[in-house]
Amino acid sequence: MRLEYFDMIDRVVAFDPSQKRIVTRSTVPAESPVFEGHFPGHPLVPGVLLTETMAQASGYLLLGLNGLSQMPFLMTVDKARFRTFVEPRTELQAEAELIIEGSGYAATKAKLSSEGKPICDAELRFRLMPFPADMRALMQSRIEAIGLTPEPAP
Amino acid sequence: MSATFETVAGIISETCDIPRDKITPQSHAIDDLGIDSLAFLDIAFAIDKAFGIKLPLEQWTQEVNEGKAPAEQYFVLENLCKRIDDLVAAKKA
Repeated sequence: MRLEYFDMIDRVVAFDPSQKRIVTRSTVPAESPVFEGHFPGHPLVPGVLLTETMAQASGYLLLGLNGLSQMPFLMTVDKARFRTFVEPRTELQAEAELIIEGSGYAATKAKLSSEGKPICDAELRFRLMPFPADMRALMQSRIEAIGLTPEPAP
Repeated sequence: MSATFETVAGIISETCDIPRDKITPQSHAIDDLGIDSLAFLDIAFAIDKAFGIKLPLEQWTQEVNEGKAPAEQYFVLENLCKRIDDLVAAKKA
């Protein structure tokens, strides 16, 4: 996990296309420029980055399901709840499942936990669009790095 | 007015913060109500959930962009509601 580069997912531990579900793991770094401001002397992962982690887990789920045929862009965050603080070195598990696959959009439910303890959850929606420029190659590289094997493209 | 229109108008009012009395069956979602494409996806999500259907938004948008269908065919609310009724009927058939 590299907070300042928005690399939120370290690896995929389960991807189940039949259940339309993904589980990922990440380790919060011991140090990050983010912690210099949030907060000085009391480092905590900002809620916006926890949301981004849920969004990235959901995004990889959608990429895995659609075989990288469309790029998901976060458009809506509903019912977000942050239940506890997240400190450096925390082991995070993200789980995301597809709720609705619409035309041009998809909705997921996602949550983060650590050692079974709930951290946050939300309902997320994504706009599905053609890949801009060379972003598909970038995402292909990312999914290989985190160990995601996508379904064949439709 | 139909139950479908009442449901759709309620969704649009809530999703886009548009006063309910400004939404009529003749309202054009884009030209009259100022709903943009991103907001329309939120509306589509709520409609899909409420009616148990999948609005073919990508197909409609493509048809409009290619000049194969006028935007009014899909985005004037009474026409949109007719398409929703058709999709619901097709799902039950």
